[in-house]
Amino acid sequence: MIEIKDLHKSYKMGSNSLHVLKGINFSVEEGELVAIMGSSGSGKSTLLNILGMLDVLDEGSYTLDGVPIKDLNETKAAQYRNKFLGFVFQSFNLINYKSAMENVALPLYYQKVGRKERQEKALKYLEQVGLREWADHLPSELSGGQKQRVAIARAMAAEPKVLLADEPTGALDSTTSYEVMDLIQKINDAGNTILIVTHEPDIADMCKRIVHLKDGVIVEDKKITQVRASQYV
Amino acid sequence: MFNKDRWKEILEVLTSNWFRTILTAFGVFWGILILIVLLAAGKGLENGIRSNFGDIATNTMFMWTQGTSIAYKGLPKGRRFTFKLEDVAAIKQKVPDLRFVSPRNQLGGFNGTNNVVRGIKTGAFNVYGDYPDIINQDPMSITSGRFINQLDIEGKRKVAVIGEGVRTSLYDVGEEAIGTYIKIQGVNFMVVGTYRKNSNDGNAEEIQKEIFIPFTSFSQAFNQANNVGWMAITANDNSSITQLKEQIFTVVRENQKIHPQDLRAVGHFDLFEEFNRVLGLFKAMRWIAYFVGVLVLLSGVIGVSNIMLIVVKERTKEIGIRRALGENPWSIKLQIIMESIFLTIMSGMAGISFGALVIYLVNYFLASNGPIEMFANPSVSLGVVLVALIILVVSGLLAGFIPAQSAIKVKPIEALRME
Repeated sequence: MIEIKDLHKSYKMGSNSLHVLKGINFSVEEGELVAIMGSSGSGKSTLLNILGMLDVLDEGSYTLDGVPIKDLNETKAAQYRNKFLGFVFQSFNLINYKSAMENVALPLYYQKVGRKERQEKALKYLEQVGLREWADHLPSELSGGQKQRVAIARAMAAEPKVLLADEPTGALDSTTSYEVMDLIQKINDAGNTILIVTHEPDIADMCKRIVHLKDGVIVEDKKITQVRASQYV
Repeated sequence: MFNKDRWKEILEVLTSNWFRTILTAFGVFWGILILIVLLAAGKGLENGIRSNFGDIATNTMFMWTQGTSIAYKGLPKGRRFTFKLEDVAAIKQKVPDLRFVSPRNQLGGFNGTNNVVRGIKTGAFNVYGDYPDIINQDPMSITSGRFINQLDIEGKRKVAVIGEGVRTSLYDVGEEAIGTYIKIQGVNFMVVGTYRKNSNDGNAEEIQKEIFIPFTSFSQAFNQANNVGWMAITANDNSSITQLKEQIFTVVRENQKIHPQDLRAVGHFDLFEEFNRVLGLFKAMRWIAYFVGVLVLLSGVIGVSNIMLIVVKERTKEIGIRRALGENPWSIKLQIIMESIFLTIMSGMAGISFGALVIYLVNYFLASNGPIEMFANPSVSLGVVLVALIILVVSGLLAGFIPAQSAIKVKPIEALRME
């Protein structure tokens, strides 16, 4: 599903440049649930941004579902993001003047899905995250866990190939964290490929594979036995 | 472009901060209001001045003789000459597109001695020998009786049409003038009509004190033979006397054996040229109104642009989210530009409507308090409103363009990092 070869990325900081990713080789199969771990500054967010086509790589190659991702202009990148990727952010990033349903329907709107179908789909995904009766509420009327569940529904609505989650539980207490992880695991069980950036070991343990990043290189890449989040809920 | 979701979003954004939206809109509102009011005021002034010209046929010139300045065909320079009736016939025949060619003769009245006598009353009045056409060139309203007609000309009848001013000088109040006789330089004329001329210039009093008699009677009574004192010549509506006058001069020069280059021999006053000069003034005024109005509008538009920049800044993160979700940058740009155009047009419409109200009120007060000199019926045409609308759309586009550009300039990743 995802294939990365010899990936380099550096940021220019004034006169000297900061080499963040120093040759990453990494691939993800369909249906995997991968945790990317590492201390801050290890380059895990940068990696996720490049995977999410929010940032461009300097060297190396990136293939997503057989499509080489390079030299994208903004229009093309937007199209690919819409088609291939779903994002879940630490700070939820819901649009605060739109209701939960409208937020979920947004990626479908960019796919030019008709109004009615959009609403039906959005309600279906809200149902899946258990927030159907909150469809007409604004994000400000939802709790943190609910917001993140709306965000996950939004990420899933476009039926992406890969779900990218950047510290999805970073702003939540542990109980809600486990609820969200339970949801993510269920989505994964349905066959979706998911990448999670986290620095919390217990969250990482709920994935099927852990990739450790340190100073821009992968130091450890192991498959683990998944801890089910449902037992904590 | 016309989809429901986009409009919903535009309204959501603009109504999320009412106070700011209204303040911003006020700049554009004010600009377009000033533009409309200035144009209407200019139009009012123009209407006022035009009504001052009254019904005078403006496509008219007056022509008289001045004496030659170049010797020609054995005739000396400085020769005095007079127009003859043959000149009038030649002009009518050779120059096309002329509506009226009226030969005129005049007995000086003002500054002169008393020349008109009725019983024991006397007065000094201008006496004109005229053809019936003159009433079309120098309009007057006949208050009683009739004006000179063709039969008077042919029969050389000694009849006269007198001004209301003459009537007050020579008649008692309430006395019937029609059918009475007045003596002009010793010759008796029967009064067949009275007139009043409209003017609100300084000569309003003077022009009521004129007497019109048939041209032929004038020639016979005052020994003018076939002399013509001066001429009033009006061109057809679709041609201009200013262009035709050289042809007329050429005919006259040929007839009177005047050197073709002698520009001084024939004097003239071109009313059309004067009128156009005044019209040119209004054109200039209209440009000034546009200039000032558009500049004021521009400051309003800059206000819109400014606010849109702030809105974009505030929404940077949201724009980042939308782009992460896969919104096309062009769609974001279009959104910002449409917000700006919508805001501009809405406030502009309000400005136009309010301007119309102001114009209506001014007209209402003018109508109820009577006319004011040099100002009448201020108005703007539909064309002006359309032009204003076009200006609004263009300025809305301009106002939205820079903010829209800045909205998609930020990379989605940077936008997402913003807190």
